Amino acid sequence: MTRADVEAAVRSVLSDVAPETAAVALRPDVPIRDQVDLDSFDYLNFIIGLHERLGVTVPEADYGQLMTLAGAVDYLMARGARPAGRT
Amino acid sequence: MTEFRMPALGADMEAGTLVEWVKQPGDAVHRGDIIAVVDTDKGAIEIEVYADGVLERTAVAVGQKVPVGTVLAYIRGAQESAAAAPSAAAAPAPADEKKAEAAGATVPAPTASVEGRRVTPGARRTAGALHIDLAAVPGTGPGGAVTREDVERAAARAGGSGGMRAAIAAAMARSKREIPHLYLQTAVDMTAALAWLARENAARPVAERMLPLALLITAVAGAAREVPAVNGYWTAGGFTPGPGIHIGVAIALKDGGLVAPALHDVDRKDPPAVMRELRDLITRARGGGLRSSELSDPTMTVTSLGDLGVESVFGIIYPPQVAIVGFGRVLERPWVVDGRIEPRPVLAATVSADHRAVDGRQAGRFLDAVARRLQTLEGL
Repeated sequence: MTRADVEAAVRSVLSDVAPETAAVALRPDVPIRDQVDLDSFDYLNFIIGLHERLGVTVPEADYGQLMTLAGAVDYLMARGARPAGRT
Repeated sequence: MTEFRMPALGADMEAGTLVEWVKQPGDAVHRGDIIAVVDTDKGAIEIEVYADGVLERTAVAVGQKVPVGTVLAYIRGAQESAAAAPSAAAAPAPADEKKAEAAGATVPAPTASVEGRRVTPGARRTAGALHIDLAAVPGTGPGGAVTREDVERAAARAGGSGGMRAAIAAAMARSKREIPHLYLQTAVDMTAALAWLARENAARPVAERMLPLALLITAVAGAAREVPAVNGYWTAGGFTPGPGIHIGVAIALKDGGLVAPALHDVDRKDPPAVMRELRDLITRARGGGLRSSELSDPTMTVTSLGDLGVESVFGIIYPPQVAIVGFGRVLERPWVVDGRIEPRPVLAATVSADHRAVDGRQAGRFLDAVARRLQTLEGL
């Protein structure tokens, strides 16, 4: 997947988790939770969605590396994000 | 013949509007079945039946708004003879489809799509709370989707009053007017609990990871079993112990307002089971589809503002309950261990209790039990 593909997938997961974020123009370098109202339940669903969509399991200890959109894309690219289907 | 009445879904509910009959006359009903959908200040709620039998006839039509206590239907018990041969019980259609059908009636019902348009969950909730008919709201979102902002604009045009806001206002004002609250706070060292959680989550599939709240709720239920005085209702000048330990969880709706539906018999469940039910409850609270028993029977409530920066929260008791437990954010704090200062993750736990029913000593024993259970992982 290209970087653009992964970023599109991350945005798509985010808007599934919190539909109200679809309308927000997310800035890639600002923490996501500073831009949209996500609580810990939403954030867990975001991590679950990434796992389902891109086949990457994010350990809890790594949550800090996915605070921004750009950080999340870097992390997922480095761990071989691939279209995993929605199982 | 049993009379099935409009239930009070919380102390503040006065009336409800029948949106849909899920069961039809002649259908067999069993305790816990969803018989009807009622629109309230808390949105559309699925109403459960409390007896086994056959739905003999309905007494209220779709679209009618009736006070709490009004007979909605008559249910013939299993032993009573049939007045007419019961027809085969039709399988109830999924609630969402039925709600969509009902949208054409006089009552605006939450629905996944209106005339094929997308409606965001936020818009659906807001429409339910503000009593706005989604079919009449123009959509400006992606692909013409109806967004929360669209609904709010429509509400402003219609002079919508915000039914959920009014319901919260009534319950909280009544609580502060009638209930002499006492407030206690303690600090909990979360080192062991968070380590346990990290270990458990590392070994679980991603979709089954637990949030700290599941652990906190489990500890509260165990402590309520130790100190039953905090679990129940103050009604008619006396305390009635809860029929079980049903923990109401305050769930914020993103666009304002909150609901506090119950997790049932939590003292008999472990944290993974509590997490599964919590996931289901939050999802339904935010997307619609709470059940009548969940809204009407919490025996105490937990509120957690840990996701925000707040250090502690003292809740306002939801009448007729007698206690609400508050959790703030886990913060790294200096903590004295064996005479030395160490940084530890520390959580402020509070309880607000109704002093008519509960004394400081009981509330203190309860809060101490919550802290002890979290610090020693008792019962896990």
